[in-house]
Amino acid sequence: MPDLHMAVCMKVVPKPEEIRVDPETRTLLREGARSEINPPDMNALEMALSIKDEAGGRISLISMGPPFVEEYLRVGLAMGADDAYLLTDRAFAGADTLATTYTLAQCLHKIGDVEVVLLGEESSDGATGQVPPGLAEWMDYPLITLLRSLEIDKEQNVLRGRRNVDGGYEILEVPLPAVISVATAANEPRFMDFERKGWAFEDTQVTMWDAQDLSAESQFIGIPGSPTIVTGLEQAASQERKNIFLDGGASEIADQLVKILRSN
Amino acid sequence: MVASLFDPSEENKAIWVLLESAGVELTDVSFELLAKGRELADEVDWPLAGVLIGDRLEHLNSQVLSHQADEVLLLEHPLLEAFTVDAYTQALYAAIMERIPSVILFGATPNSRDIAGRLAVRLRTGLNADCIDLRMDKDRGVLISDVTGFGGGVVALLEMPDHRPQLATVRPGVFHSLEASAPRSDKVRRAKVELDQSVIRTRIIEQVKGEGVSIGQAPVLVCGGRGISGNFEMLTELAELLGGDVGATRPPVDEGYIERERQVGQTGVICHPEIAINCGISGAFHFVVGIQDAEIIISINSDPNAPIFEFSDYCVVGDVEQILPALIQSLKEERVVTHA
Ligand SMILES: Cc1cc2nc3c(=O)[nH]c(=O)nc-3n(C[C@H](O)[C@H](O)[C@H](O)COP(=O)(O)OP(=O)(O)OC[C@H]3O[C@@H](n4cnc5c(N)ncnc54)[C@H](O)[C@@H]3O)c2cc1C
Ligand SMILES: Cc1cc2nc3c(=O)[nH]c(=O)nc-3n(C[C@H](O)[C@H](O)[C@H](O)COP(=O)(O)OP(=O)(O)OC[C@H]3O[C@@H](n4cnc5c(N)ncnc54)[C@H](O)[C@@H]3O)c2cc1C
Repeated sequence: MPDLHMAVCMKVVPKPEEIRVDPETRTLLREGARSEINPPDMNALEMALSIKDEAGGRISLISMGPPFVEEYLRVGLAMGADDAYLLTDRAFAGADTLATTYTLAQCLHKIGDVEVVLLGEESSDGATGQVPPGLAEWMDYPLITLLRSLEIDKEQNVLRGRRNVDGGYEILEVPLPAVISVATAANEPRFMDFERKGWAFEDTQVTMWDAQDLSAESQFIGIPGSPTIVTGLEQAASQERKNIFLDGGASEIADQLVKILRSN
Repeated sequence: MVASLFDPSEENKAIWVLLESAGVELTDVSFELLAKGRELADEVDWPLAGVLIGDRLEHLNSQVLSHQADEVLLLEHPLLEAFTVDAYTQALYAAIMERIPSVILFGATPNSRDIAGRLAVRLRTGLNADCIDLRMDKDRGVLISDVTGFGGGVVALLEMPDHRPQLATVRPGVFHSLEASAPRSDKVRRAKVELDQSVIRTRIIEQVKGEGVSIGQAPVLVCGGRGISGNFEMLTELAELLGGDVGATRPPVDEGYIERERQVGQTGVICHPEIAINCGISGAFHFVVGIQDAEIIISINSDPNAPIFEFSDYCVVGDVEQILPALIQSLKEERVVTHA
């Protein structure tokens, strides 16, 4: 049986607390905002790595984003992934989830033999959670979202996963190939492997693919491929708060709090 | 430009809301969708349909109609008895292609998000995620959605003028539901559902239903963060004294101290308490979006520079292990006095 080939889709996002909207131009001020790998995507990678630890297999990382994302993919390689693909082209910019999922699907078609596609539950910037189901649909693959654990049965060519919903849980099984999303904090992502670092950051290549490499049709990518139009942008209105600091020892504060609670 | 399977000139001017049920009742978010759907329908004077998917659902019709839908659209089939994203997407897709509605709203629940995400691609249309407000542009018949991003710090206005249907998801707790009242009609229609076992790729191996916990409408919400070190008993006692309920930030949920249904915020529940009391919470946007509607916010944190204080009316710099027991004590004494 050939090795199991898994792909982990990773998005690099600005740290949410560091983003502001320019009140004049109504554009995002990303300047100075540090970026990170979307935290749930680290959980997706960890899930793939633990499968690889147990049963072997190969892990490819896929990200659509600007060229600087390359460095972040190398972090994933140093953690234990085998290959990395960066889908980068000005023509991909402005993608909503329809265009994003098309582009990721074109990459999966080009790689060819991926059997398990793992994604995070949602990103910390757009946070739609629509990429996993959308990608499953372009590929016509079955889908399980919000997995907390995963088991792969190569003999029967299925995967089984547990998701927590509505205060209970369910265990679902789907045939391979399949798309899954991994619940945030489903596991504890490992650190980079010191011995892989040299290879990951210096020796190996991140494969860069543009629209042409992906044979992507221009009507499906970037702005033309995105039905959604952003017509406005603003800093979320936060209600004015009183910001009154209460003084005193614990029992005095408690008495003040009781008054506040009772007068409302 | 990518084209949707049908375009605005072909649409039926109608608004659909996809409803979910738990046992014999529609879920809270379904009532919220019906209320918002009604408002949008009235803005443009279009009919509102409540869509039910499953098997033998007629007992829910009266709830849909008394919550002011103009009609119920039933998608029933034995293969829809248990939820599978494959069968539900297929059934809804067929109904949409038959009736080409202009707007469809979904609850941002795990299952409806998956259906909506697949449908948007199948229909080549847009999907506005986790809307916090919605309205109709009457002249153009276009849905305008307010969505948040970056953990709630940014609001974007989205629309899809050239694609149909216009799809949007709404997080539970964002809109207020209406009381049941006299139905406007008794119209129930059935969509044709043709399904074959072969479309269903998911096999359900085990399913355990939990107790429904719902903190979205609690009048007083006592929230605990990493700073309470898992001591939710203390918070529960306080919440009970105040006639409220307990919520949490993500870390204690992830660490297993408390059920996920009690997570407040971006990926949890958006709550509408009159009073929110935050204990040992730093104040990440991801959390704050879940309580920012509260009339009064009280926060207790040992760090005087904790960002949560910016979002608070009353700020207590101190150790929760000291403040909360004192507060509980005072509330109990007060009870003794008032009951005496
Ligand atoms: C404030 C804001 C609001 C938005 N609202 C909408 C909206 O309502 N509708 C809409 O269609 N678009 C919306 N977008 C655009 C959307 O964020 C982008 O389409 C984005 O490329 C993917 O969506 P996401 O970030 O929501 O991903 P999600 O679906 O939340 O991400 C889930 C997982 O998909 C994978 N993934 C996501 N993006 C990539 C990528 N570029 N490369 C590799 N893997 C990836 C990751 O594993 C991630 O964990 C919004 C963007 C912003 C900033
Ligand atoms: C995609 C994504 C989605 C997310 N969704 C959510 C969400 O829905 N809800 C959510 O809550 N978070 C969410 N998060 C996480 C969020 O960003 C924050 O990490 C989280 O809210 C922090 O929780 P906290 O305030 O409890 O913990 P911390 O940030 O660790 O803060 C603990 C606070 O407790 C104080 N403290 C410590 N000891 C004491 C004491 N003895 N007495 C008083 N104070 C004390 C400290 O000063 C500190 O301010 C999300 C993150 C991501 C990436």
